[in-house]
Amino acid sequence: MSNPTSAPSRNPVIELDEVRKTYRSGTIEFEALRGVDVTIDEGEYVAVVGPSGSGKSTLMNLLGCLDTPTSGAYRLAGEDVSTMSETELAEVRNRRIGFVFQQFHLLPSKSAWRNVELPLVYAGVPRAERRDRARAALTRVGLEERLDNRPGELSGGQQQRVAVARALVTEPSLILADEPTGNLDSSSSADVMTLLDELHDAGRTIVLITHDLEVAERAQRNVVIRDGRITDDVATGAGLDVAGGAR
Amino acid sequence: MSWAETLRAAVEAIRAHRLRSTLTMLGIVIGISSVILTVGLGEGAQQEVEDQISALGSNLLIVSPGSTTDSAGQRGGFGSASTLTVADADAIADDTVAPDVAAVAPTTSANVSLVTGETNWTTSLVGTTTSWVDVRARDLSSGRFFSQTEVDEAADVAVLGADTVTELFPTGSPVGQTVTVNGSPLTVIGVLASSGSTSSGASEDDQAVLPISTAQLVTGSSGTSVSTVYVEAADADRLSAAYQEVHALLLTNHGVEAADADFTIATQESLVETANATNETMTVLLAGVAAISLLVGGIGVMNIMLVSVTERIREIGLRKALGATPNAIGRQFLVEASVLGLTGGLVGVAVGAIGSQTLPALIDQPVSLSPVATAGAIGTALALGIGFGVYPAGRAARLTPIDALRSD
Repeated sequence: MSNPTSAPSRNPVIELDEVRKTYRSGTIEFEALRGVDVTIDEGEYVAVVGPSGSGKSTLMNLLGCLDTPTSGAYRLAGEDVSTMSETELAEVRNRRIGFVFQQFHLLPSKSAWRNVELPLVYAGVPRAERRDRARAALTRVGLEERLDNRPGELSGGQQQRVAVARALVTEPSLILADEPTGNLDSSSSADVMTLLDELHDAGRTIVLITHDLEVAERAQRNVVIRDGRITDDVATGAGLDVAGGAR
Repeated sequence: MSWAETLRAAVEAIRAHRLRSTLTMLGIVIGISSVILTVGLGEGAQQEVEDQISALGSNLLIVSPGSTTDSAGQRGGFGSASTLTVADADAIADDTVAPDVAAVAPTTSANVSLVTGETNWTTSLVGTTTSWVDVRARDLSSGRFFSQTEVDEAADVAVLGADTVTELFPTGSPVGQTVTVNGSPLTVIGVLASSGSTSSGASEDDQAVLPISTAQLVTGSSGTSVSTVYVEAADADRLSAAYQEVHALLLTNHGVEAADADFTIATQESLVETANATNETMTVLLAGVAAISLLVGGIGVMNIMLVSVTERIREIGLRKALGATPNAIGRQFLVEASVLGLTGGLVGVAVGAIGSQTLPALIDQPVSLSPVATAGAIGTALALGIGFGVYPAGRAARLTPIDALRSD
């Protein structure tokens, strides 16, 4: 059990400072983010919630270093990534971030362990070590029996667990989960959420992007975004748990 | 990502799309194998011509009439005039005038029909003297060649080529049998051994050789002109001396200056050169056509790689999200295109090699497998893969991970 009242370590993983993102399409400008300030510390479990069109996806792209802000600063684990080149961003993603996507995004022609080792290939880790680490990560998510199965031979919940293993394998500073249960039935969803809880308990920093309030309740802190601005930033937990669930 | 990893990933991707990869490579395979075959055909034809010309006999000079200038100052072409006579041949045969000449064989030629019973065969009729068989370095497989007496008396005898015999006398020995030419019955006295050349067209093995006097009677040509005089030098070292002697002698006999020479003396070497020049033109033409098909194959690779980039847009996005740099993605697609090109090239060489073994049996043309063309073809295939892979690879590298991941 985590203890939300314990003093968090003051080591920020994410620091967003007055971040704006404007999209241009011809002469039309659209401001998706209108000055976002947020700090997320190491070991935190944060859900970013908001309706569609709120800027949630844009925020997720920026946090994942898949895109750069139009203005403002973003420091990831102390490193300013807002002005980095494509190549530098690729390296930061590889080292610092583990992604879990709604559509799993596994390569269908590769076995589970080959999918999990993929980030290590780009990190230049030798093959034998990659295999060991991929096996360890799959064991961590309870799929040690499924190393050589292809995604097509796994259930949706199992596929998402392979994706979580892939996010873990590089020991990233941040696990970024984008609607991880969006494509799963309720029992598989519960599975994956339990897994995220366990990872949080083990000290991982997790940012979850969702529009599902029930899922958001599982996190320690909810950041609510609306119309490109953060409108609320609250701690959840037993006291606020209106659903009366486990936490 | 190391080159070895990239290569492994490329091979995996190609094997994952087996049908498409095979179809892509087909263009390269066809292009490469046709280049190899056309170059091989060209070289084979060249080799064949050289063999045929060397089969004419050794140390040979071939004197033909021609290069006359008529009263109007017009120059006739090679073989256009009948300025060579039996007398010229006799003069060349004189040991004191032309000591470096070993033997002389004047020949006339005509196309005739040979008739035996109900069989009718059109072939070339050669009228010559007894020395022909030595000058042309021919052997007889049965019977004998005609004698000087038979030449003098214009005896009704004929010596047939091996293929002619096969056509006219499919069973039994032809020696002693009769063939009729233009109504004149001739007795077959001998059969020439096959010259061994596999030539197509006018074969050295399909002809009827008659005494020159008999040939003139049979074909009704009353004159003394001959179509070719074969001159054999005493040995290879004396070939150019023999050339000088024959040249000077004919100029004197014909009473003309060297510039107005009404005859042409060819050596085997000059014949080979002329024939090769023609062959080379054909080879270049065919290789050009094959090169175009290679280009089309290369564009096919580019086309498929572009389709592949579009189709694998999510894979590219995912790889980028997981930390693949634009360079790593570009390299992956470039290596894939190169592997396609190289594999296509190797298969093309294999097909070309098999073709060069089986084709001669089908079209009666020799094909030689040239190592230079083979190495060049493999290099070209690889270059095509790289060249036409650059653009698709660049497209893949420039994709932004968000767009790529979001496309469903």
